[in-house]
Amino acid sequence: MSTARKRAGQRRAPWLIVPLAALAVAYVAVPFAALLQGAPWNDMGELVGQPIVTDALRLSMLTAFAATGISLVVGVPLAWVLARLRFPGRSATRALITLPMVLPPVVGGAALLFAFGRRGLLGAPVYDSTGFLLPFSAWGVVAANTFVAMPFLVLTVESGLRAADQRFEDAAATLGASRWAIFWRVTVPHAAPSIVAGSVLCWARALGEFGATVTFAGNLQGRTQTMPLAVFLALESDRDAAIALSLLLIAVSLAVLVPLRDRWLTA
Amino acid sequence: MRRRVTWRIVVALLSVLGAAACEGTGDGDDGRIVVFAAASLTEAFGELATGFRTTGGGVAVELNLAGSPSLRTQILNGASADVFASADPSTMTELVGAGAADDPVDFAANRLQIAVPPGNPAGVRGLADFADPRLLLGLCAEEVPCGTLARNALASAAVTPSIDTDEPDVRSLLTKVQAGELDAGIVYRSDVLAAAGTVEGIDVPPEVNATATYPIAVLTEAANPDAADLFKAYVLSREGQAVLASHGFEAP
Amino acid sequence: MLRASIEVALGDLRLGIDLQVDDGEVVALLGPNGAGKTTVLRVVAGLRAIDDGRIELDGTVLDEPATATFVPTSQRPIGLVFQDYLLFPRLSALDNVAFGLRCRGATRADARAEASRWLERFDLAALAAVRPRNLSGGQAQRVALARTLATDPRLLLLDEPLAALDAGTRLRVRTELRRHLATFGGARLLVTHDPVDALVLADRLVILEDGHVTQSGTPALVAARPRSRYVAHLIGINLLHGTAIGDRTVRLDTGAELTVADPLPGPDVAVALRPQAIALHRLKPEGSPRNTWAATVDDLEADRDRVRVALVGPVTATAEITPAAVAELDLAAGTPVWATVKAVDLTAYER
Repeated sequence: MSTARKRAGQRRAPWLIVPLAALAVAYVAVPFAALLQGAPWNDMGELVGQPIVTDALRLSMLTAFAATGISLVVGVPLAWVLARLRFPGRSATRALITLPMVLPPVVGGAALLFAFGRRGLLGAPVYDSTGFLLPFSAWGVVAANTFVAMPFLVLTVESGLRAADQRFEDAAATLGASRWAIFWRVTVPHAAPSIVAGSVLCWARALGEFGATVTFAGNLQGRTQTMPLAVFLALESDRDAAIALSLLLIAVSLAVLVPLRDRWLTA
Repeated sequence: MRRRVTWRIVVALLSVLGAAACEGTGDGDDGRIVVFAAASLTEAFGELATGFRTTGGGVAVELNLAGSPSLRTQILNGASADVFASADPSTMTELVGAGAADDPVDFAANRLQIAVPPGNPAGVRGLADFADPRLLLGLCAEEVPCGTLARNALASAAVTPSIDTDEPDVRSLLTKVQAGELDAGIVYRSDVLAAAGTVEGIDVPPEVNATATYPIAVLTEAANPDAADLFKAYVLSREGQAVLASHGFEAP
Repeated sequence: MLRASIEVALGDLRLGIDLQVDDGEVVALLGPNGAGKTTVLRVVAGLRAIDDGRIELDGTVLDEPATATFVPTSQRPIGLVFQDYLLFPRLSALDNVAFGLRCRGATRADARAEASRWLERFDLAALAAVRPRNLSGGQAQRVALARTLATDPRLLLLDEPLAALDAGTRLRVRTELRRHLATFGGARLLVTHDPVDALVLADRLVILEDGHVTQSGTPALVAARPRSRYVAHLIGINLLHGTAIGDRTVRLDTGAELTVADPLPGPDVAVALRPQAIALHRLKPEGSPRNTWAATVDDLEADRDRVRVALVGPVTATAEITPAAVAELDLAAGTPVWATVKAVDLTAYER
């Protein structure tokens, strides 16, 4: 009687919900627990300090943030167009943007190669005239990351914009705000939670990207070998190193995700 | 009333699942084997699998192809397989040491060759070109046998390589050369042969070349050990060896 | 000065209205929901284009389809106070008021200084740093008004300015709003469905029903001579329409006939009848046979110390009697009654 009374203010879950939720958490937690259990704690410091690890980590961080930055600059306007403008082919455009999410990443990497490789559709003329090449460079990694991760940001921000109350934009117009001012001072601040959420998803996806990166940018320590690649190769030869790398990647990701507050993600 | 109907459905589901499970094990025991083979054996073992099926009394061969270290890891972690054919004796030794494989026999050898896109657009002539920073060059990653061997060969030839990518397996390296995205890569002779027409091969002088030895073994946890033994024998037979030779492999 | 001739198609409704608001004037657009009032404001503000007509403010044409002229909202010198204020939730009261100034190029410091002065004028200085969600209804309304006035508009538009407030606050805020509106020198157009708001705040009323104007004039005039059932209902008067037959008899649209005391002004007449003037009886009254009809009680409604009795019959009207009379007559929904009214209590005027 008294526990029910105590919880009277809080919403009580239907009886099956909590066990199912616990199941979901357990399913995700158990593999991590197994990783922790199999970790070479004694050698951890030494393993983590090696250049191959620090190179991979630095590259992963730089490319993930760069990909997120690019995705913000072009993705938010695209989200706005999809949410606010009515034009023929809007659904087709949205389907196109979703494509990198459903394609196997390796296929995405191959497509990028066909487009921007040395013999690629756009890559060939650029290479022939300027000698600039995306594959086998860090920018190639950024390109691959952006390709697979941008859709996450676009779709999240689009749904945030759709849900936003457009009357505030009317109010801003009556106060004399130009279209650009409305975008910067009203639309974007109101869409901020979805922009944050979309950026996080984008960043996380870019950080974990493997298939498209290795297919398009290749694999070279210090230049194109990101953490996921390093882990994959380490698994073949040095299991301890692989686990150490994985834990490092998890720790870094948690360091970014955990401080995210609820209220930044909700309107 | 509702409870009774639900129970009936559960019983029906369980019996369907049970039947399926029983059926599964029934077939597996007699009709098929699972062979883990190194990626460089793709075409050769594909043909061997077909040949075995016709001559070996209808036993189907299911192939799992990947880098040898990756396959070793899968086997050590309990993947169910009957036969393991490795491109690297050390991975086989590991499995034998762990009690997962028995009585390995070398069945083939493979030498390295330089692969270039058709027409050799960069004019690559030999290992020495692998030190040229202006070319786009690839090797297998050090963690796979092809990569170690290539580095050994380059060291023997006193070449300090200027590499643009360490591909995780030999097939992805080959694909990049085929597409012209790389000017050259060091792969196995068998790979160049398998990609006939889409790449050209440049020989590596035998004094510096490295050879990969391929052992094959039946796994101790094999579900179908009899058929597995038959397959191993087939690979070692004259017919099997002829198939391997036609794909560019050499005698062990 | 606003001069507007507006024609807009709104689904089934066709809005057609001519409107003029002079500088210094407060005009209230009054009408039932769905009459098109808010659309008039949106069209004047430029949030929607008219289908035909012309909107002109201080000589500048803002919207004229015939000449393909359309000035976008942000370039119109108008201010609009929305029904739920629409204060930017992530900005403080001060920054809300400063918003329009910032958009016009003022630096943050200048804009905030000016906004501060506006807040002072509205007695809101203490709330400068408060977010809109922590403001009371009345405070939010004042901030919204300050925000709009800070941009120095030539025309002030208000959409149901008191609708978002509860009854208690509405009373107080209404008087304050009247005071604040008086400080603005330009034209003011407000839209409301509440007649008391209109009466208190406006110099002139424009009644909008079903997309067109049914009446226009000072509150006193409109109240004295309601031209439509809507207005009459607002004021609490029964209004009946009919044609003149002879000098003093009116035949209503239902066929019933009423006799009035004074000569009728014209062929089409409206007859106004105060609810208090209708007498009810259970039995048909002897004596004066004129202005007597059989009716059925439709509904009873208590109104302070009186009861309003809605009647249906040849004359559909509402009577107002004491609770004691209700008890004495034993009235309930469905009760048949006889209603009478004296000729002298009927006022007829031209429709």
